[in-house]
Amino acid sequence: MGSQVHGAQKFDNAKRAEIKFSDEAMKIVETIISRYPEGKQKSALLPVLHVAQAEFGGWLSPETMDYVASILNIKPVEVFEVASFYTMYNLKPVGKCVLEVCQTSSCWLNGAEDIVKYIEKKLNIKVGETTKDGMFTLKVAECLGSCGTAPMLQCGASYHENLTYEKVDTILENYRAEGKLRSYTDLDYKNTL
Amino acid sequence: MGRKLLIHNDHIPNIHTLDVYRAHGGYASVEKALKIMQPDQVTEEVKKSGLRGRGGAGFPTGMKWSFLAKPEGVPRYLVCNADESEPGTFKDRYLMEKIPHALIEGMITSSFALGAKQSYIYIRGEYFYVARILEAAIAEAYAAGWLGKNILGTDFSHDCSVQVGGGAYICGEETALLESLEGKRGNPRIKPPFPAVAGLWGCPTVVNNVETIAAVVPIVNMGGEEYAKIGVGKSTGTKLISASGHINKPGVYEIELGITVEEFIYGEEYCGGIRNGKKLKAVVAGGSSVPILPTELILKTAKGEPRLMTYESLSDGGFQTGTMLGSGGFIAMDEDTSIVKNLFTFSRFYHHESCGQCSPCREGTGWIEKILKKFLDGTANESDVDLLWDIQSKIEGKTICPLGEAAAWPVAAAIRHFKHEFLEIARNKKFTDISHYDRLNKLARV
Ligand SMILES: Cc1cc2nc3c(=O)[nH]c(=O)nc-3n(C[C@H](O)[C@H](O)[C@H](O)COP(=O)(O)O)c2cc1C
Ligand code: SF4
Ligand code: FES
Repeated sequence: MGSQVHGAQKFDNAKRAEIKFSDEAMKIVETIISRYPEGKQKSALLPVLHVAQAEFGGWLSPETMDYVASILNIKPVEVFEVASFYTMYNLKPVGKCVLEVCQTSSCWLNGAEDIVKYIEKKLNIKVGETTKDGMFTLKVAECLGSCGTAPMLQCGASYHENLTYEKVDTILENYRAEGKLRSYTDLDYKNTL
Repeated sequence: MGRKLLIHNDHIPNIHTLDVYRAHGGYASVEKALKIMQPDQVTEEVKKSGLRGRGGAGFPTGMKWSFLAKPEGVPRYLVCNADESEPGTFKDRYLMEKIPHALIEGMITSSFALGAKQSYIYIRGEYFYVARILEAAIAEAYAAGWLGKNILGTDFSHDCSVQVGGGAYICGEETALLESLEGKRGNPRIKPPFPAVAGLWGCPTVVNNVETIAAVVPIVNMGGEEYAKIGVGKSTGTKLISASGHINKPGVYEIELGITVEEFIYGEEYCGGIRNGKKLKAVVAGGSSVPILPTELILKTAKGEPRLMTYESLSDGGFQTGTMLGSGGFIAMDEDTSIVKNLFTFSRFYHHESCGQCSPCREGTGWIEKILKKFLDGTANESDVDLLWDIQSKIEGKTICPLGEAAAWPVAAAIRHFKHEFLEIARNKKFTDISHYDRLNKLARV
């Protein structure tokens, strides 16, 4: 089952046995499921995958997807189909802070390419790569609805807008000092620069 | 000063909280609708208002509502499209972040009209923090009895919840959105059946944009006829415009439909002109999908009349010399901008976002991106311009959903109005881009 569905990623039964939501996360998952009518719990899949990604290291391993399938009472392949379609789910391990720099028109017009180059140089990685210490992954993204405050980058739940090189310096320093996993589900999204 | 109906209170501290929102007249439309109106009367007011969908297509909202099938014993749903991913568009985010109760109030009043006991706000996953703000507002609304059982002591009960997406532009297309809301990949459905007959879980469903639903609030409060007095012709009311690019004052502006494009670009009340004393070169007026227009054509129609910010005036001249109001994503570009490179960012976007179901869209968007890349690399030939034209012309009308067209139109318009730029690169075998450099020294702040 799992191993066929998830292709290159090997399925590890021992790892799978260890995966379990914390009580707190489980409560959130139950709340999400309760929003849909009886029998329509599959609808909870996208939001539950976000909770799972935040809970289990910032990415969705085959074991995590298998676990989510068991909770929603759907097939693992249904989870994989969805997780592989949408851009916000990581199917491979990533750094603690994934920096997503918007590269579409309005951001490009305002210097997004320079911001990407600056971060590449500063972190000594290319787009798509993760720093050796596992702290940062650099990605480019398509329009994130922040065109009026371009250029911008997203990290977890936080939007960092009207970027300058100096601002990028401070943002990276802050994240490094904090040293924690950043997720879309974070509640402290307001500590933005 | 133009009239504002949606974000007029955005400067009030804590307007995102129920108490402050209520103190400024919030939830009056729910009181009026539930206490003194019948559901059909609400729909009637929306019809009279002339409100047209603010998500991009501009379909009359009252008419859409009246198409909703109402079979006995089958639940009906209202789904709010908060996927907002059309490049250049950020107005829904602004509205939801600043005044979340404006959307929730609209959801309740609209659901009353439609007889929906449950509604969902489907919001793009990247806006996770905005979903938090909405959820907090919804919790307040439940606590105060605006949501839940027997609202205001009437027999109308309503539940509203938020669902976050996973990152996919295509989920803004309403049937892809419904698939996503059902926990699936965002593959658009073949229509018919339309959502009004078979939508969420096969039940009759109305899908409306955030701004459309929020506009129902002032319409019910002031009456459809009063609302229709604002604007010009079939473009009634106010519209949120997301302004970005090389302008002095980017941001979200609520305009009365009918002001001139010139006033919008150069007026101090709005964009405040082009940055750094530069000249305007081109405008994408309604989000990445709509045809780009050079300065002459965006300021004046081909007939020489001043172009207005209305559905009709912006599309005057068809695609030959006009464009569309679309989602109101207004991107202005100065004289140093490379139209080819800008188009490349759009085409890369569409290729990335194609769901892959239809070959003309899946393959065509890929070819377009590849050929445009050749221009940027300085390896394109003059014949590549014709090839681009040919590819884009073979997408339109041959796909399940309009994303294919949305990908084709920007290519056609860029070639139509700026062919010389493509040819110049092809002839010189060289592309020099000065448009993106840190020419304003803004990034470095040295
Ligand atoms: C590819 C594509 C993307 C779309 N994205 C959005 C979107 O982000 N938000 C939106 O409201 N409508 C979007 N639409 C339009 C919707 O399909 C639909 O027409 C709209 O939600 C209806 O609401 P309205 O009548 O209130 O505008 C999109 C359409 C297409 C084809
Ligand atoms: S037109 Fe493109 S996005 Fe739309 S259904 Fe076809 S392949 Fe998918
Ligand atoms: S173009 Fe970057 S946020 Fe819209």
